[in-house]
Amino acid sequence: MSAPAIGATRYIGQRTLRKEDLRLLTGRGTFTDDVRVPGALHVAFIRSQIARGRITVLDLSHAREVPGVHAVLSAEDLGDLNVKLSNMHLKDEGGPPTRPLSGDYVSYVGDPVAMVIADSRYIAEDAAALAWIEYEEEDPLITCADAMDGAVVHPGTENNIVRQVGTPPNPKFDEIVAGAAHVVTGTVRHQRIAQSTMETRGVVSNPTGSGELTVHIGCQSTHVAAAAIAQAFALSENQVRVIAKDVGGGFGLKAQPWREEIAAIAASLHLRRPVKWIEDRLEALTTSCPARESDITLTLAFDADAKLIAVDCDYNSNNGAYPHMPDAGMPVMMFLPGPYRMPAYRFRGRAWHTNTVGLGGYRAPWAIEAMIRESVLDKAARQIGIDPVEIRRRNLLTESEVPTRNPLGIPIDNITPVACLDKLLTKVDVAAFRAEQAAARAEGRYLGLGIATYIEPTAAVGIFPLWSDQASIRIDHAGKVTANLSTHSQGHGIETTHAQIIAEQLGVHVDDVTIFQEDSTRSGFGPGAAGSRQAVIAGGAVIRASKLLVDKIKTVAAHALNANPDDVTIANGVVHIAGAEAMTRSLAEIAALAYGDPQRLPPGMESGLEAQYRYAPPSMFTHASAAHACVLEVDAETGFTTILRWVSSEDCGVQINPAIVEGQIAGGLAQAIGCVLHEEFTIDARGNPTAVTFKDYHLPAITDIPVFEYTHITTPSASEGGFRGVGEGGMIIGGATLLNAVADAMVPFGPLPEDLPMTPAKLLRMITSRSAA
Amino acid sequence: MSEHSIELTVNGRRFQERVEARVTLGDFLREQLGYTGTHLACEHGVCGACTIRLDGIAVRSCLMFAVQADGAEITTVEGAAAADGTLNPVQQAMRECHALQCGFCTPGVVMTLTSLTDGDQKPDEETLLKAMSGHLCRCTGYQGIRKVIKRLTADGVVEPAGEPA
Repeated sequence: MSAPAIGATRYIGQRTLRKEDLRLLTGRGTFTDDVRVPGALHVAFIRSQIARGRITVLDLSHAREVPGVHAVLSAEDLGDLNVKLSNMHLKDEGGPPTRPLSGDYVSYVGDPVAMVIADSRYIAEDAAALAWIEYEEEDPLITCADAMDGAVVHPGTENNIVRQVGTPPNPKFDEIVAGAAHVVTGTVRHQRIAQSTMETRGVVSNPTGSGELTVHIGCQSTHVAAAAIAQAFALSENQVRVIAKDVGGGFGLKAQPWREEIAAIAASLHLRRPVKWIEDRLEALTTSCPARESDITLTLAFDADAKLIAVDCDYNSNNGAYPHMPDAGMPVMMFLPGPYRMPAYRFRGRAWHTNTVGLGGYRAPWAIEAMIRESVLDKAARQIGIDPVEIRRRNLLTESEVPTRNPLGIPIDNITPVACLDKLLTKVDVAAFRAEQAAARAEGRYLGLGIATYIEPTAAVGIFPLWSDQASIRIDHAGKVTANLSTHSQGHGIETTHAQIIAEQLGVHVDDVTIFQEDSTRSGFGPGAAGSRQAVIAGGAVIRASKLLVDKIKTVAAHALNANPDDVTIANGVVHIAGAEAMTRSLAEIAALAYGDPQRLPPGMESGLEAQYRYAPPSMFTHASAAHACVLEVDAETGFTTILRWVSSEDCGVQINPAIVEGQIAGGLAQAIGCVLHEEFTIDARGNPTAVTFKDYHLPAITDIPVFEYTHITTPSASEGGFRGVGEGGMIIGGATLLNAVADAMVPFGPLPEDLPMTPAKLLRMITSRSAA
Repeated sequence: MSEHSIELTVNGRRFQERVEARVTLGDFLREQLGYTGTHLACEHGVCGACTIRLDGIAVRSCLMFAVQADGAEITTVEGAAAADGTLNPVQQAMRECHALQCGFCTPGVVMTLTSLTDGDQKPDEETLLKAMSGHLCRCTGYQGIRKVIKRLTADGVVEPAGEPA
């Protein structure tokens, strides 16, 4: 850990109350729909009612006649503005172009084909209902299996494969598996998940002048959004200003502006008017890039000592018609080895187009790697007849074995999964649980314990825009601190955490530090919330920028006060000279001097107290480690799962604010619980989404989520500040832990079904069929 | 499209407004009166984000038309804190317990918990937990809200904001 440059004020590690909360608790936040632009018009989309087919009639005349309607625009009307979209890497991934509005061929239920722009959303929806569309309907492809031998989703393409990934051929692989003492295979079919940010997507686009476009949009990075918008409309980034003050959840959905947002911006450019589109929940639950849908089959081959000798994985992902970016499991392949020794490794992943809404990335898009690895490890433990903890101990990389590289060459260093597991087991008495479980089973009660371990690859660097973050900090003439960061928060609490870091570094009160990150034109470029990176990378940037400022304060104060810079310290906003108490000055006085009295500055020094730094961490990934345990009961009469206890043992390095760290873990765990037990974006055989309200799509409620217990290990990372990311860990390990616990409870009834979620109906079916047998 | 005259009080201020019959109370408060603290997240009565107090009772403003609020006294989240900005006990507890992240569902949570705990009311933990099962939050896993409930139902002794690491 990097010690604060000077000063004694401690903020790192404190449960500092969040600065954001004062506005958010009093209704004074600024979310996208809260932005009022005079004269703004409102968009309602006209969407395909079928999953696949050619439009033979698109009659918008009645819609256009509705009073209050300014325009009804189709792909044809948008002309050159019906642009090809790029992903968050600002890359063209090849394949069929994704455009805001579809022309005469539709590819999923909800595919936008036109939009009404009217005085109000009410009027826009009235008019949208008057659109008359006739189709030549075709049979849709709904699943990966459909896609493998079905007619191509995008006419003119050769097949439905979006992308393939795989490990290089290993001619000895099959031979190694053939020689194994134990071979265990498992499959998980992960359902489609609706991302369900509580604030839906939304945009207010205001073409304010020549070559000047101001866009308020729910996003995860104002910079990526600005760049993507600029790229879409052949503007330069400095002509697009993206503003996003408060964003009600991102999770990956808002990583890039997508079809509807770009369509609304196109409408504003076309009409030269401010235009607003706020997604409603029906749209969000049907057409808002859902996530996860994939199946994965993993084979683990062990030697006689239950040590892994070979791992084989096959992955298929249903990418839908227009995915955010191709998902053939590249990160699944990269991260599946996790914290384990895997001498031989084979992976094949394929992404398939279907006639469903395109897939998006959702918090830890690769999380299925942990779910399948940890569940097959448990299955193997049962088959071989050893304890689930023991099978992990035999295969986890120990601290003495790192640094090393995983089978794909990814550097693995500075990890602590074994220590996390050890610490977990000081909180969870496995032997006592087994006794309790046996006693309960004798009474017809089914308890389960799930344990899982992982490493979380945080703060990725190596692919644009995932490289670096920038901090620009100034101490104003009155001694108060303003920092413009390249970050973006959708609930992460960066206005608090990064103010804590700066306050500690500068030796000022945290209330005297204000963070801004809501305007693409105000801060340096950064990818925002993506891959659990902002504490690590932007945290490093604010430390380095703060150190530059501290050096300058020391130099200025020493020169003005005729002292040695090494004798200068700052604490509580006061500048001290060691051994010269009479020389004590407030930081405000030094700042006033820096800005207003250039003759008292060292010769040649620029005036002011401003610094900026762009930081990239030293490693491709800054790994966090964890082990979790979950205890639950499956009710044999209802099939209902009740989580009784959940313990997290996590090492995310130096914690800036433990309350915010625990909030990230808890949020990820709740979403993982949703994946394993509750949520399902269902689609019928004709491609119609069928869980289109929150009555049908079951987000976990407070009564579904237990109280989480946390225990932490603090191993500083090699990155500036010693931080590690923690944003996705709960999601990665949560699903694996919970699935293992359900499987453990259900052992008397056989193996779990392969398809998630483990609903009461499915579990009850297992219980009753076994009881009947 | 019929317009109607309504009179109502919002956060202590009297309003006389004309409104279309089909406009929801939530839209009316946000669009016409500018109380954008009330958030619309599902518009079908499940998520609870749009909860306001109408004549003291917590209601979902997406499930009512504005015309139905004629004569009513409404409090939105903007009116929950004291006039000088001092947070009410629910808001204060939510802040100290880190009960929010993105803050989008938060106004509804504040209004429901306030309606069930202000004045002389002494609800038990189970009552508040059940009430909160009608509020969806995607960020927090409800951990902070559970702490808030414990605090609001505690007998005199207030728990510290967080456990030691």
